[in-house]
Amino acid sequence: MADSVRVTVTVNGAQESAEVEPRLLLVHFLRETLGLTGTHVGCDTSNCGACTVHFNGEAVKSCTLLAVQADGAEIKTIEGMGQEGALHPLQEAFWEHHGLQCGYCTPGMIMAAADLLQRNSSPDEHEVREALAGNLCRCTGYHNIVKAVLAAAQAPHSDSAAPPAPSEEGRKAGMAVADQGLGA
Amino acid sequence: MTAVGDPPAAKWVGQAIKRKEDPRLIMGRARYVDDINVTGQLWASFVRSPEAHARIVSVDTEAAKSYPGVRAVFTGHDVDLESPLPMAWVPPGVEVNNPPHWSLAKDEVNHVGDPVAVVIGEDRYAVVDAAEQVVVEYDPLPVVTDVEAALAGGPFVHESLGTNTVHEWSLGGGDIEAGFAQADVVVERRVVNHRTAGAAIEPRGVLADYRAGSLTMYSSTQVPHFLRLFLALQLGISEERVRAIAPEVGGGFGSKLQIYGEEVLLAWVSRKLERPVKWVESRTEGMQTTHHGRDQVAYVRVGATRDGKITAFHTKIIADLGAYLMLLTPTIPSLGAFVMSGVYDIPAVQTDIVGVFTNKMPTDAIRGAGRPEATHMIEVLVDQLAAELGMDRLELRRKNFMAPDSFPHETAIGVVYDSGDYPAALDKLLEHFDEQAARREAPPGKHRGVGYSTYTEICGLAPSRATGPSGFGLQTGLWESAMVRVHLTGAVTVFTGTSPHGQGLETTMAQVVADRLGCDPANVEVIHGDTGTGPQGLGTYGSRSTAVGAESVAKATMKVAEKARRIVAHQLEAAVEDVDVIEGKFAVKGSPDRGMNLAEVAGAAYIPENLPEGMEPGLEELAFYDPENFVFPFGAHACVVDVDAETGNVDVVRYVAVDDCGPAINPKLIDGQVHGGIVHALGQALFERIHYDEDGQLVTSTFADYALPSAADVPSFELDRTETPSPVNSLGVKGVGEAGTIAASAAVTNAVIDALRPVGVTYVNMPLGPMRIWETIQEART
Repeated sequence: MADSVRVTVTVNGAQESAEVEPRLLLVHFLRETLGLTGTHVGCDTSNCGACTVHFNGEAVKSCTLLAVQADGAEIKTIEGMGQEGALHPLQEAFWEHHGLQCGYCTPGMIMAAADLLQRNSSPDEHEVREALAGNLCRCTGYHNIVKAVLAAAQAPHSDSAAPPAPSEEGRKAGMAVADQGLGA
Repeated sequence: MTAVGDPPAAKWVGQAIKRKEDPRLIMGRARYVDDINVTGQLWASFVRSPEAHARIVSVDTEAAKSYPGVRAVFTGHDVDLESPLPMAWVPPGVEVNNPPHWSLAKDEVNHVGDPVAVVIGEDRYAVVDAAEQVVVEYDPLPVVTDVEAALAGGPFVHESLGTNTVHEWSLGGGDIEAGFAQADVVVERRVVNHRTAGAAIEPRGVLADYRAGSLTMYSSTQVPHFLRLFLALQLGISEERVRAIAPEVGGGFGSKLQIYGEEVLLAWVSRKLERPVKWVESRTEGMQTTHHGRDQVAYVRVGATRDGKITAFHTKIIADLGAYLMLLTPTIPSLGAFVMSGVYDIPAVQTDIVGVFTNKMPTDAIRGAGRPEATHMIEVLVDQLAAELGMDRLELRRKNFMAPDSFPHETAIGVVYDSGDYPAALDKLLEHFDEQAARREAPPGKHRGVGYSTYTEICGLAPSRATGPSGFGLQTGLWESAMVRVHLTGAVTVFTGTSPHGQGLETTMAQVVADRLGCDPANVEVIHGDTGTGPQGLGTYGSRSTAVGAESVAKATMKVAEKARRIVAHQLEAAVEDVDVIEGKFAVKGSPDRGMNLAEVAGAAYIPENLPEGMEPGLEELAFYDPENFVFPFGAHACVVDVDAETGNVDVVRYVAVDDCGPAINPKLIDGQVHGGIVHALGQALFERIHYDEDGQLVTSTFADYALPSAADVPSFELDRTETPSPVNSLGVKGVGEAGTIAASAAVTNAVIDALRPVGVTYVNMPLGPMRIWETIQEART
């Protein structure tokens, strides 16, 4: 077990700082260190996408990243997407179009869909299906998820402002640990 | 007069309202097991066998015990529980070999992933490190993974049994020999229905918290009430001191209809160490040790006259049950036997089942549980028969459909189908689907195929007299319960004994209640999955939670409504039979301004100054419901595929389905169940396979190897419904959670075979992956 490392991350707009094991996965940092349990773990191999969050504005699978790699980064999780009475258009659309059943894949699915809509504000069905191919759902058969994303694309966007890039120090610390591999 | 049980005027039932469950789920505010932590909680990590079959020579736990933060390490012989893990199905007169199955293996491991030791410690990561320090010496034993080889002889999974046969069980009706003797044509196929995983995206998780003589367990389960019972029995704790909670559960598909060793063991550890203990499986652990499904080899024969009348249907199922018998393991193939007539009027039907041990994870219920296998056999064989007879596939089906006026229809084996109109479902399908047009649109260079499946299934599990100990042999009744509580403010809480995990029953049940009490579903909260609240229940599986669960809710609600009518009649000085729910109020018929809303009724009930003579205060009722029969949903599906003969790749380009689950309570939710069900079966037919190599190593132990379908692999669906009420319950409803899965594998398989007939392929077994298809084409060409 290596010595702990201080990590400072902006999560959903608030700066968070903690001493963590260098090997701590970002998803566990979010869930267990910060208590943001909306981000889920489904497979451990980056196939299912239940852990998808936004890292400096782009969708990443947070089970594939170490917390230290996020030092200085801006992270957005499902908890930062919308609140009661002020849902994100994707949340509204998933609700309206029954785009979820058990709900376990849903946060990751919404974060991946938001990433798509940032890049392509009016995707067709094929583009939605391709963009979500890294997020697995066992309940819905995807039909209503696709429908929801297409509907949300028609709705006004509430958060298109890109968050800032990570600080140089944060990026270096993350890369240094990543270079050592995961055997720390 | 309106009697209790009469359907009310529908305002909410039938409406595609948005789900009540969704706000917490879409905002990331739901609580699944892994989101729950208890002060003082320890973590568990399992040491699992890398061998498929071996004697345990020694287990050295010293290094693990001294690992920082580790509190204890236990092996099989440390666990002093008397009873092995439960198997709850022993049909009368059937001998079942059921060797002991322990939460930690004692002397022998019988499949990869069989747990050998558990490490308990303070930190989630450290217990995994420490588990790697446990040194187990194995003496490998011969391995058997092929079910037909296992049936034919050794090596034996359990040497002491001297056989790999678990049990033999048959169900038949009509004169099967005479049926085949009358046949001009007999078609026989070896139908392989390969092993699959439930693969809920939420892994299993358990949090056991034993303190001061009482146990609370949070578990990702479909059956919290069974869990409480078996924890009490296994640990010797009086049942009222055990509380099992299924919090938010992230999908089950049957894989969480189980009593798992980890649940029992963590309870034991928590009692032993007097600390809460938690474990969440990794996906690899899940693929190894969350029960699998299907895995049958069936020799299926169908006989028919030259003009297409089916005279006999026989199947011999060799069921790979894996290394042990879990909760319902040997039952699963039998569930298919009950509907082995499919939708056809066949005078003689016989199913012979032999269960077989292999060195693999046990199989048990996975979405459909025996009925997808049955439908696949029937519907693929009907297509094969049509080809043999040179008859149109749909004409052959129509010729043999049970007549709409023959319901309730008793099949050859004596099962009584409640209601059905199979020609109507097929007619409706063809309104949406023009086969010739679909064929004309084939892209160049691809082989286009069309496949159909016309299916029924048996669900709404219940009735107890059929399923129980003296009937089919389940060691339980299969009724359901509900308690409906109207609060002083007119808000309503419903407690259901079902345990939904994605089906949307909070919404469905609220709609049922709202119509009967004249309130809004927004003010009806449905509580489930906690044995510490509400009445006894039996959980969610077998497409039972609406047909049995929501019917219990309707019954309890009608009792509340009846009391409300008596209160209103008394207060407004009207006759009870003149009071009914009219436009959101309990009002006097003919003078709707004379009425009381639910809050006013509740006020009168809870501030009981003016109740009818002898009436108890309060407005809360309980109902238990055990149906008279199963329910039998049905439908007709069409699938269009394009097959690339060069690569063997199959694309599903169109899928049209008409399903009938009785009158729709919430059409949006029903469609959602059908979508998911279809993709579950397309996944099995085209992509998914639990694959063990001949050494018993699990080759598909992650989602990188086990190919769940993604959004990019499947099309959108075209759905419609017919609505044939069931006479079994007052709602008229049947189940729909498994229907799509039961119907669809045959439709896609028939489509692929249809596509490949021009290149000489006449039959192929699932999984229809590129390699299988390409090889099949090569064989057909040579």
